[in-house]
Parts: sequence; C-alpha cells; structure tokens
Amino acid sequence: MSVVDVTIAAGVTVGDFLLGSAAVLVLIAIGMFYRAIRGPTMQDRVLAVNVLGTNTVVILAMLGAALEEPTFLDIALVYALLNFLMAIAISKFTVERGGVL
Amino acid sequence: MTDLLVVRAALIVLFVLAGLFFTFVSMTGVIRLPDVYSRAHTASQADTLGAGFALAGVALTLGWQGAGFKTVILLFFLFVTNPTAAHAIARAALEEGIVPWTEGDERR
Repeated sequence: MSVVDVTIAAGVTVGDFLLGSAAVLVLIAIGMFYRAIRGPTMQDRVLAVNVLGTNTVVILAMLGAALEEPTFLDIALVYALLNFLMAIAISKFTVERGGVL
Repeated sequence: MTDLLVVRAALIVLFVLAGLFFTFVSMTGVIRLPDVYSRAHTASQADTLGAGFALAGVALTLGWQGAGFKTVILLFFLFVTNPTAAHAIARAALEEGIVPWTEGDERR
C-alpha cells in the first residue's frame, strides 16, 4: 500500500487531494495571466510568465505524484531550466540590445 | 506501519496546503501591487515558499526512491534560481529607467 491510496477524509485519498491542488494551482495561474497580458512594462510580463512557469513545474510534479508516473518529474526539471534561461536571457537582452520582443 | 502512513499523509496535506496558500498570496500581490519592483518581491516569494512547500509535499508522497530525490533536486534548483531570475528582471527594469513607485504616485 503506497501513501497515495491513504484516505484522509470521507473517501478522498492523498492522490485525489494532489489532483485537486493541481486544479487550484491552474486557477491561480489563470489569475496570473492578468498581469502577463496587461503589464504596462515588459518586465512585468516576464515576471508574470516566470511565476507561471514555476506554477507549471509544481503542477507537473503533483500530477506525476498523483498518477504515479515519475517520468513527469524529468519534464518538470527541463521546464524549470528553460524557465530560468528565459528570464535571464530576456532581461539581459532588454538591457544590452533594446529588447527581443 | 499504517500509523506511519497516516502521519505521512497528514504532513503531505499540511505542506501542500501551505504551498497553495503562499502561491495564492503571491498571485494577489502580482495582480495588486503598484509597480514592477514590489511585484518582483512577491513573485519570488511564490517561487521559494509556495513552490518549496508544494514540492516538499510531493517529495514526501514519492518517498525514498529515485523520483523523490529528483523532486528534492527540483526544489533546490527552484529555490536557488528563481530569486536570481527576479533579481535580474528587477535590475533590467532599473537599467531601462523605470522609476520606483513612491507613495502618492498613480498605480501602474
């Protein structure tokens, strides 16, 4: 018996709880899109997209744990790396070459 | 043995709920705070505390095996890189000439 199958309350297992938390995180990410779309400066947008990427990494890890598919964690690691590179590259290009967008 | 599993499940729920709480606080901050510098502060708070707690819960779920170690590595990576990224973004904003918000200015 793995910990994913442990019941925490009224028929809800830990796996179900992780899936529900992933859904809540998706809703929070949709709220974050407001700043990515409206953000008056480009730095606002990069910041919002950076937080969205971190949210995506956490959602991927939660899905991997809940569905018992550890392969998702590899994808999450690569995504975290790309996310960091994106933020550093765009903020460097805006200073030195006047923007990439 | 089952007692241990119940304690572990309670810890998982606690950690994931803390992660959700901090991510929600940070979403509110990213939407509501007045300028890019204060938003950079609250965004890196989501990345360290929010993602940190949530990934700690996931690592507890996966347990003492390969995938759990990967989650701990991912947690450490996010913990180190995301404040660095927020710092780089805030510095780019400063070098582009965006003036920090002070009291009395209009919200941006």
